[in-house]
Amino acid sequence: MAFVLVIPIIGALCIALLRRRPDYRDAASVITAVCLFGAVLSLIAQLGVKPFQAWVLFELLPGLRLAFSLEPLGMLFALLASGLWVVTSIYAIGYMRAHHEEHQTRFYVCFALTIAAAMGIAFADNLLTLFIFYEVMTLATYPLVTHHGTERAVMAGRLYLGYLFATSIGLLLFAIIWTWTLTSSLDFRSGGILAGKAENPTLLILLALYAFGIGKAALMPFHRWLPAAMVAPAPVSALLHAVAVVKAGVFCVMKVVLYVFGIDLLHDTGLSVWLMYVAAATIVIASLIALAQDDLKARLAYSTVSQLSYIILGAALANAAGVLGGSMHILMHAFGKITLFFCAGAIAVASHKTKVSEMAHIGRQMPITMSAFLIGSLSIIGLPPLGGSWSKWYLILGAVDAAQMPLVAVLLVSSLLSIAYLLPVVGRAFFASGPEQSHGHEIHEAPLPCVLPLCVTSAGCLFLFFFAGEVYEFLAPLVQR
Amino acid sequence: MIRNHLPALIVIVPLLVALVMPVLGRGDKPWLLATLASWASFAMTIVLQVQVSGLLRNPAATPAIISYPIGNWQVPWGIEFRVDALNAFILLVVAMISAVVTFYARLSVAHAIPPERVRFFYSAWLLFISGLLGVTMSGDVFNVYVLIEISALASYTLVAMGRYQNRKALQGSINYLVLGTIGAGFFLIGVGYLYSVTGTLNMADLSTRLEPLHDNRAVITAFAFLLVGLSVKMALFPLHGWLPDAHGYAPPIVSALLSGVAIKVGAYIMFRLAFTVLGVEFTFAKLPTGPVIWLFATLAILVGSYTAIQQTSLKRLLAYSSVAQIGYIALGFSLANENGLTGALVHIFNHALMKSGLFLVAGIIAYRLGESEIGALAGLGRKMPFTMAALTAGGLGLIGVPLTSGFVSKWYLVSGAIDRGLFPLAFVVLVGSMLAVIYVWKVVEIVYFRPASDSAAKVTEAPWSLVFPAWILVGASLYFGIDASLSSGLAQEAARFLLSQS
Amino acid sequence: MPFFELYNYWIFILLMMIGLYTIIASPNLVKKIIGLSVFQTAIFLFFISLSKVAEGTVPVTVPPAEVYSNPLPHALVLTAIVVSVSTMAVALAILMNIKQAYGTVEEDEVDQAEAH
Repeated sequence: MAFVLVIPIIGALCIALLRRRPDYRDAASVITAVCLFGAVLSLIAQLGVKPFQAWVLFELLPGLRLAFSLEPLGMLFALLASGLWVVTSIYAIGYMRAHHEEHQTRFYVCFALTIAAAMGIAFADNLLTLFIFYEVMTLATYPLVTHHGTERAVMAGRLYLGYLFATSIGLLLFAIIWTWTLTSSLDFRSGGILAGKAENPTLLILLALYAFGIGKAALMPFHRWLPAAMVAPAPVSALLHAVAVVKAGVFCVMKVVLYVFGIDLLHDTGLSVWLMYVAAATIVIASLIALAQDDLKARLAYSTVSQLSYIILGAALANAAGVLGGSMHILMHAFGKITLFFCAGAIAVASHKTKVSEMAHIGRQMPITMSAFLIGSLSIIGLPPLGGSWSKWYLILGAVDAAQMPLVAVLLVSSLLSIAYLLPVVGRAFFASGPEQSHGHEIHEAPLPCVLPLCVTSAGCLFLFFFAGEVYEFLAPLVQR
Repeated sequence: MIRNHLPALIVIVPLLVALVMPVLGRGDKPWLLATLASWASFAMTIVLQVQVSGLLRNPAATPAIISYPIGNWQVPWGIEFRVDALNAFILLVVAMISAVVTFYARLSVAHAIPPERVRFFYSAWLLFISGLLGVTMSGDVFNVYVLIEISALASYTLVAMGRYQNRKALQGSINYLVLGTIGAGFFLIGVGYLYSVTGTLNMADLSTRLEPLHDNRAVITAFAFLLVGLSVKMALFPLHGWLPDAHGYAPPIVSALLSGVAIKVGAYIMFRLAFTVLGVEFTFAKLPTGPVIWLFATLAILVGSYTAIQQTSLKRLLAYSSVAQIGYIALGFSLANENGLTGALVHIFNHALMKSGLFLVAGIIAYRLGESEIGALAGLGRKMPFTMAALTAGGLGLIGVPLTSGFVSKWYLVSGAIDRGLFPLAFVVLVGSMLAVIYVWKVVEIVYFRPASDSAAKVTEAPWSLVFPAWILVGASLYFGIDASLSSGLAQEAARFLLSQS
Repeated sequence: MPFFELYNYWIFILLMMIGLYTIIASPNLVKKIIGLSVFQTAIFLFFISLSKVAEGTVPVTVPPAEVYSNPLPHALVLTAIVVSVSTMAVALAILMNIKQAYGTVEEDEVDQAEAH
């Protein structure tokens, strides 16, 4: 278990030391990623062992420990983050070199540290450990967001830090300390720790503090940091804002719902109904804003805000189908969105185009990229035979189980909206009429290190459709009594 | 034999060395002697802490009380030095910071003070330290007044010595002198009223005699005067007006000790009076001390942090930040429950480490650049990486990011506020952190993201004898954020001891 | 009337207020320090006036006197006077430095010099 944390940190050190030799440095980055993925895989075997002892690192304050343990959801997140890190490292090498980016060493070091933080979040045994690594992740990603060092990047960095620190210190920490005073425990336990410890109004406020306090889940109105962070290079957007940072956010929400409140408590008291509707509102509003964006990355950013709320909705439904659907969506959306961001980056590298309106005929010039984009879009929209369809199906099932028919409508409407903001990109790329806008130079596919990852992840979207059953089985213990 | 006389030696050693100092010549001798004296005191306070604390014994026991009558005149007629769980902890903080900062002082003082004055500087410096150590240990209220004034006079001189860098230090010093003397005067009036009612000056004796006198108007008046006087010394809003100028223009090591230690000692006296001498029942149940202090502490936190955001000088920013941090300590004090008091006491420890470390960093910047305007810091992230890393780490501690010691104090303070059901106060603590993000990040952005200005272009990393002590303090603040069992354990023991006394 | 019997306290308060007023209102730094001195003297008078015991004589054992005034506050005041004198000395030293640096000891002129 220790390896999981130590490998990325040692990797970060190696990368820092190798800063004078770019080839070795990049190789170190990829090797670390592969080792980490291997380490996480090896932990699956221990997952079924009962009882699993929490691995305690040290005691921060009397009664508050930094501890780690294994459970299915955390395992899923860890596998996702470490696996996609391998792919993204390769992509990043291609992108950074093609763009002749500066400060590449700092970039790879912060990447490694962010993944280390993600591992810490994934395997956290209690709220304090979760909070510590959550904050570490914010700090580790800050240099990535402000990578370019321009005025715009610094401003975006301020928004990023401002939103995330304000929500985490002002709301989340408040909720955590309050929970501690109520229950004298911060541990994640099956069935939750808050049952019977406080009155309903208190629990309601606590839930609100947690939901809005986990700013990385981008629940409206605390979502503004996400589009602002798009100023970062594409690999950063891809991994962090489609996978690691935002998934850490919704993962935290899911963990709080499952292991701090407990689905039974929420289900019986109806405490999370308001959250369902806030999430639903976020889904719709963010989709509408996405429609209006011309910049491709901004469009994808608002799409992410919308999709994250699917997962929050699943958590808020507090029934088996909802929770499982939401958890599966963590996986499905990750693969779909990372494909889309990879494509956006590849387009930027190959053609220097960032606006959708300029992307006519790109499909003919970069057929592989745009096909991958199509596959990713279909997964996000939720159509078979892509993985996204399964998570959507379970979410709709969960909404029906909870007798919340308006939410079913919301889920269906949002699919329509996502068609409206994603498919036109593909359509324009392949089927646009009108003159070529080639800006005077030939456009080819992006370099191989950029194209290969997006093929892999789009294949993953397809593969997950067939593999969904196994994922379901894997996650089933989450909702068992 | 030394063991028996430890309490007296802790104060006497620096005092005697201070008296000897002026006859020494130029060169490094004053610094060397000062460092040895301060380290000797530090070693002795560690021994005392071990003797007193129940936590550090095996198996854990209740804390002891060491009573040392000076000159063998027995209490309650003689003056005694009384060390219990509370002061042993504060003594440790004072001596530790003094020792590290004195070690740092060699190059900084040589740079900032003309050579013929250096020995006088160190003389005043040691007087300051011995005064603070004495205040912390004294068990007699008038003796506290005298020692407060000893340390204060020394500090007025030390602040005025900043004039060699910036003549505004003189105004700062005279303002500090006037306000500080008025504050001490109020404290003395309070002592007078207490004496007129009870006839004794010894703290332990006072607490016994004051028990039946809770309704006595003279006692209430005494408490009011004492509180106001100590608020001046502590720089609690709204009596903090002297702090920004004094800490902002004094030589950086003086600011380090003033911000890190001197105002904490004022806070310590407030704890001592409220809990030991007058008792929790009188202070918090009968009088509305709690709500009054909540109000001022909240204002201190909010106004202090807000003003810090607007400063253009690094030292003034740190000074206003100190105003806010004293607000946290006062808030913990006013909560008067175990978590609140633990939070206040551990914050005394943590903030001393962080703020002194930060002022030492400011000193390094002044040493290299000759000024400490924030604008001048542009681009130093690459030129002075270790120093700027210390600045960032200290800043993260002020914010209270987890794994720094600031987080530990905030945790206890918020728990204490929630325990009392005072959710707005808990929120104020967190708002303070958020405001700290703004003023810390302002500096961090300029250091790392702006290109270097012309004056900074030729700068290199500072000598290790300056960087190393700064890193000791900042590193300690990180260490005690990761393993807070020692600092928070001692603070909790002191808090429990205070609450059990009344 | 008890009101007038407590005249010592009234004098103390009056002097203290005069001192504080001088400190606040006076633009000349030397006058401020004088005000500070008056403030501190008021406190000394307060202490000394506490020491008088009704029908007590000087605290020196001279038979056949039975009741003595309290000598302790006198000792306290002596210490406090020393503190006060030292404070005055430091204050005047700083004022000399201000005069050297700014050429004046008027507070508004010093502020003006700094405003430029």
